Amino acid sequence: MTPAQLLEKWLKARLPAEASAWLDKTAQSLKQGADRDFYIAISLVSRKIGKADLNLTPAELAQAQAARAGWDPRDWSLDQAARVYLLLAPEADGETFSRRLDQLCITADIGELVAFYSGLPLYPDQPRHVLRAAEGVRTNIKGVFQAIAHRNPYASEQLPDDPWNQVVLKSLFIGLSLDPIVGLDRRSNPKLARILCDYAHERWSAGRPISPELWRCVGPHAVGDMLADLGRVLEKGTEPERAAAALALASSPDPAATGLLWAYPDLSVAVSENKVSWQAIANPA
Amino acid sequence: MRFIDPHIHMSARTTDDYERMAAAGIVALIEPAFWLGQPRTQVGSYIDYLSSLVGWERFRAAQFGIRHYCTIGLNSKEANNEALAEAVMEVLPRYLMKEGVVAVGEIGYDDQTPVEDKYYRAQLALAKEFDMLVQVHTPHRDKKSGTITSMEVAMEMGVAPNRVVIDHNNEETVKDVLDRGFWAAFTIYPNTKMGNERMVEIARKYGSNQIFIDSSADWGVSDPLAVPKTARLMLDRGIPQKDVEALCYGNALKAFGQSGQMKEDHWLKPEPVDQRMLFEGNSVLRGQAPKVGEAPSVDQRAGEVVFK
Repeated sequence: MTPAQLLEKWLKARLPAEASAWLDKTAQSLKQGADRDFYIAISLVSRKIGKADLNLTPAELAQAQAARAGWDPRDWSLDQAARVYLLLAPEADGETFSRRLDQLCITADIGELVAFYSGLPLYPDQPRHVLRAAEGVRTNIKGVFQAIAHRNPYASEQLPDDPWNQVVLKSLFIGLSLDPIVGLDRRSNPKLARILCDYAHERWSAGRPISPELWRCVGPHAVGDMLADLGRVLEKGTEPERAAAALALASSPDPAATGLLWAYPDLSVAVSENKVSWQAIANPA
Repeated sequence: MRFIDPHIHMSARTTDDYERMAAAGIVALIEPAFWLGQPRTQVGSYIDYLSSLVGWERFRAAQFGIRHYCTIGLNSKEANNEALAEAVMEVLPRYLMKEGVVAVGEIGYDDQTPVEDKYYRAQLALAKEFDMLVQVHTPHRDKKSGTITSMEVAMEMGVAPNRVVIDHNNEETVKDVLDRGFWAAFTIYPNTKMGNERMVEIARKYGSNQIFIDSSADWGVSDPLAVPKTARLMLDRGIPQKDVEALCYGNALKAFGQSGQMKEDHWLKPEPVDQRMLFEGNSVLRGQAPKVGEAPSVDQRAGEVVFK
């Protein structure tokens, strides 16, 4: 099934008859409708459909992954799903689709922005929406940013390094976990590692805490001075920070990293026996 | 005690104000679309302003545990720029059905020109088309006659009086408004509009049916704590608590709640998605136990409780 068909099926299984009928009728009429009807219909969703959680089952989440690799709508709400469904309903070409999406974003409320950005991996002509995604990353509204950053494969698939690096750095800035960022490890890069180490130094100077997840994107590019940063964390860090530094050193390409880690036998063993993981660091008990 | 400020322009206010409002017990507010002191000359600046009312400002309010609603409309002052007004009328329908838009507003008369009349009527028609409430700004000058005209035109356009809030009333207009069955809102404002000692007398004379108060705080000299301060003054001067609660919370909720877009549950038990997206999972709102019987706490920075 296509993502649009899945959205339709999931919504129909959850909505009361009246809301379901409205959605059907609206999706049909949007196939020929004018832009104005389109914009009004999308705003009407929260009034007609409500905002309860979509609450997909594990089987439904597996269907999502099968329909579109990396698509993970586990946190979606009903209005979010219905808006993305209606966006897809007219089966517009990339150009028409993105013209309307731009208009919709200009006048969007918060719930709409969340829906529009979380739907990015489902839109036609994927590369066309890169500037839209980068614009979304600039938002000051945490939930809107999260709609792009978390459980959404679009950013790692389409964004060039610079805006991608902003996704990671900004997540740390606003206190979001890195683990739900799709493609986090695949897209790590030396510039990001350097930016993150600079950020760590700023936080140290200010006497502010640092998320241990930061070191996940440093490790694979940690060479030279960056090893000294990781050494400092091993020596002075909290337990989660030390586990993170150990994992980061284990992924470093610099031969000196191994020696540094061996100086802490307990942590070296924990790493080699898989007793520490980035998932556990991201989700402390 | 909990309060609603059903008319306040938060875009012009600081985070200090949000903090003090939350501390004083304001749980929800309505931000009417209005003018910015400096006239807008482009529809683009109007669009961005209206978008901020349904977007950024709503998020900002939530950071302080306050639920933000708005009204959407073309204000009477800027209606006089006909080219701008035409372009704004074109975009309004795109906002009216957004989440948390409780009425078409604030609309009405300023200088009471024929062009203002044209766009007031056009927006009443829009309210009918979209089955929406209306929030009317009554003129500062030639107020009494302007207020009566506002109501007559609304009725002539077929909008039911109980679907219309007439704002910025005073002793001279209130009886006409209540007699016709419209909601009467009072703006408590230092120096102009209403002082709150006068409001106490109005509460004594007219009771608490169909009446509520607001601050209309904006970029001018105004006070975002006008509602809680006036509540305290009313209690101090012997207005029964149930009337104070109606005037400062319940009636605004009844009036604007008719939109279906403003519900007590929104701040007493928000949807999980709102907890995640707006309140970032914190329980600022849910943690607020009702403090029935307590006088509103107005912090030391708040200054005088009495508005002359």
